[in-house]
Amino acid sequence: MKLADIRRPENIVSCKPRLMNDKNMHYCPGCSHGVVHKIISEVIEDLGMEDIAIGIAPVGCAVFAYNYIDIDWIEAAHGRAPAVATAAKRLNPDKMVFTYQGDGDMAAIGTSETLHAANRGENIAMIFINNGIYGMTGGQMAPTTLEGMKTSTTPYGRRVDLNGHPLNITALMAQLPGTCYVTRQSVHTPAAVRKAKSAIAKAFKNSMEGRGTSLVEIVSTCSSGWKMSPDASNKWMEQNMFPAYPPGDIKDVTLNEEK
Amino acid sequence: MKEEIIIAGFGGQGVLSMGKILAYAGLMENLEVTWMPSYGPEQRGGTANVTVILSDSAVSSPVLDTYDTAVILNQQSMDKFEGSVKKGGTLIYDPYGINRLPERTDINIFKVEAMEATFDMASSKTYNMIVLGALLAIRPLVSVESVMSALKKTLPARHHHLLEVNSEAIHKGIEIGEKAKKDGIVKK
Amino acid sequence: MTSEKKSINDSMEDEVRLMKGNEAIAHAAIRYGVDGYFGYPITPQSEILETLEAEMPWETTGMVVLQAESEVAAINMVYGGAATGKAVMTSSSSPGVSLMQEGFSYIAAGELPALVVNVMRGGPGLGTIHPSQADYFQSVKGGGHGDYHFIVLAPASVQEMADFVGLGFDLAFKYRTPALILADGIVGQMMEKVVLPPFRPRRTEEEIRRQCPWAVTGKTADRKQNVMTTLELDSYKMEENNERYQRTYKEICRNEVRYQEYMTEDAEYLFVAFGSIARICQKCIENAREQGIKIGLLRPITLWPFAYDRLGELSKQVKGMLVVELNAGQMIEDVRLSLKRDIPVRHFGRMGGIVPNPSEVLEAFKREFIQEK
Repeated sequence: MKLADIRRPENIVSCKPRLMNDKNMHYCPGCSHGVVHKIISEVIEDLGMEDIAIGIAPVGCAVFAYNYIDIDWIEAAHGRAPAVATAAKRLNPDKMVFTYQGDGDMAAIGTSETLHAANRGENIAMIFINNGIYGMTGGQMAPTTLEGMKTSTTPYGRRVDLNGHPLNITALMAQLPGTCYVTRQSVHTPAAVRKAKSAIAKAFKNSMEGRGTSLVEIVSTCSSGWKMSPDASNKWMEQNMFPAYPPGDIKDVTLNEEK
Repeated sequence: MKEEIIIAGFGGQGVLSMGKILAYAGLMENLEVTWMPSYGPEQRGGTANVTVILSDSAVSSPVLDTYDTAVILNQQSMDKFEGSVKKGGTLIYDPYGINRLPERTDINIFKVEAMEATFDMASSKTYNMIVLGALLAIRPLVSVESVMSALKKTLPARHHHLLEVNSEAIHKGIEIGEKAKKDGIVKK
Repeated sequence: MTSEKKSINDSMEDEVRLMKGNEAIAHAAIRYGVDGYFGYPITPQSEILETLEAEMPWETTGMVVLQAESEVAAINMVYGGAATGKAVMTSSSSPGVSLMQEGFSYIAAGELPALVVNVMRGGPGLGTIHPSQADYFQSVKGGGHGDYHFIVLAPASVQEMADFVGLGFDLAFKYRTPALILADGIVGQMMEKVVLPPFRPRRTEEEIRRQCPWAVTGKTADRKQNVMTTLELDSYKMEENNERYQRTYKEICRNEVRYQEYMTEDAEYLFVAFGSIARICQKCIENAREQGIKIGLLRPITLWPFAYDRLGELSKQVKGMLVVELNAGQMIEDVRLSLKRDIPVRHFGRMGGIVPNPSEVLEAFKREFIQEK
């Protein structure tokens, strides 16, 4: 049997989503970004939103998200993705506009834009990658860095008296009447990936149904920043990140509607 | 024709809106108009003034230091603007609250007792329209009809019931202005 | 300064109005068919947002008006809206415009058409709310990081406040370069007769796709993905981007220098002033000529690109130039760069919100050029 005979469409059991292109990813081994990119591509394909999707890329490791997912993108200044998304959506209400942001972008430099976009109930989806560290710039403290967690700017561990508390922005966002769906997910197991995928699909649908702002936090790993193997990272995340940032839906107004 | 006017008094006397109606009336008569409110440190101390320029050709500077006509409604404004009236120009003042009379002899000075007149009116808010009427009697820069249509244009529809009382005030002002003219130029 | 005589009849009633410069900006924006305005209140320009909110253009033209949470958010909304090919604008005053500088740099780097209005007030710092022209350097020499320019228009009348909205957008879309209306508190706050531009419909989605093939409008099957990014880690490519920006700027300098002259034909001296201060100089010239002093005026309308060539010509004609500004001496640097002959170029300026009157300007002129002899 020749290779060509094997590589027939009817023999395909799994393939990369059509919207993911062939560029080599710059993400480190074990990083959650690649999985989340794949989920987003699949959801957009599944929902038939290729021609209406507009992604707003952040500053941070995902700055090059537009290199991997073959839709239209706007690369925002650091922290400003929700403001950029606000205008893109208000001026183009028939488009599905989502932001893709890390913890620094969403919860430090861009906290104001994040909260106010959600408080206005902008019909956008926000994907929030929370790995508790600044990966791109070399492992500095993030607003979500856990107490005691070592980073290059908290070399002896985060001290609350010096650096303040970890910021649980997702819980904060759930308090705002403008948000319709706030959930926390992860992508470290096949089951978690399936759940995260349906959460992102719900967020994207909410955007088009005019329900308000959806926030999907993905509690993520940063093997390079955490200085652990991918496998150890997953375990460390479960043991340390989940108690502070427990996965699960925090708010879902669509449930009440169904009742 | 070009008339450079300063209207100056206390905030709350309706100085800015009087200027606006005068400017709008000029607009109705197809003149070039500029309305420049006091916009500088002189605003402090509760004084307000506005420069209105009516001209049949393009207006150059909105900021002036000499005026054809000054309408002066308090002492601070008298101190500040008496010297700024051009030679041969007009100074109209309300003696209410003025404790130093104008001293220039090279300008035409008219005393209009507008505040006195508001005491007889239904609303004290018509003070500025009385002053405007007096100004028009002394310096007929625009017609009363234009002023009335300017009022109608600048007042929101919900305030149109006030047109009547404003019209009364303007005519009262014209009376006072005519009387001031008959009394002649104030000489010290 | 020059305005054509138009009779007011019923059909014109809606177009000829008496209004503040700030209000004129708002009305002109609606009539031009602007798609979105995003702004944050600050004196002395809040009437722009207030007028737009009162006019409710979303009910008529479909224009989006949004009070943002900060100037930082507002300028990034402009960036996002412009990236989708829409005609979007913001307005602010000096301290707010300082906050926007990062966004300015991104918009310029993204080669995005957009319009910003700065109704300048006295600085530095929180400063005063009174008129100033102290943001000249910030506006024409950068302000944000990197080599970039905005096309800078300096209105001197309420009519120009209205007209420059359309002109600004036309130029911005023609060159894919943002435009800035650099006004001051005087033109913002004063009322004058203004002929508003006629209503134009907003562009349709089809028209936007045709006019802006680069716009982020959703990737359809007939084209490659559009990405609006200002990041380019390959320095060779980033240099190419810069060379492309500079080619555009050169073309703008060739085609779009605008200025107005007043009594320059026989002028022995020249005032150079922009915005409302040019009108104060005009009055001053009227007075000076009565005294037999022949002064002329060059008023740059575009501050960038700057009227270097014309000023160079005039430097061969006049004995001296007085640059009059509401600042400590900023545009004077560009005037000096223009000279083709070594003549004295002096500065007269007031700062902190003080506006000189025509007599003060004439006194300053005499001090610099007449009495010293």
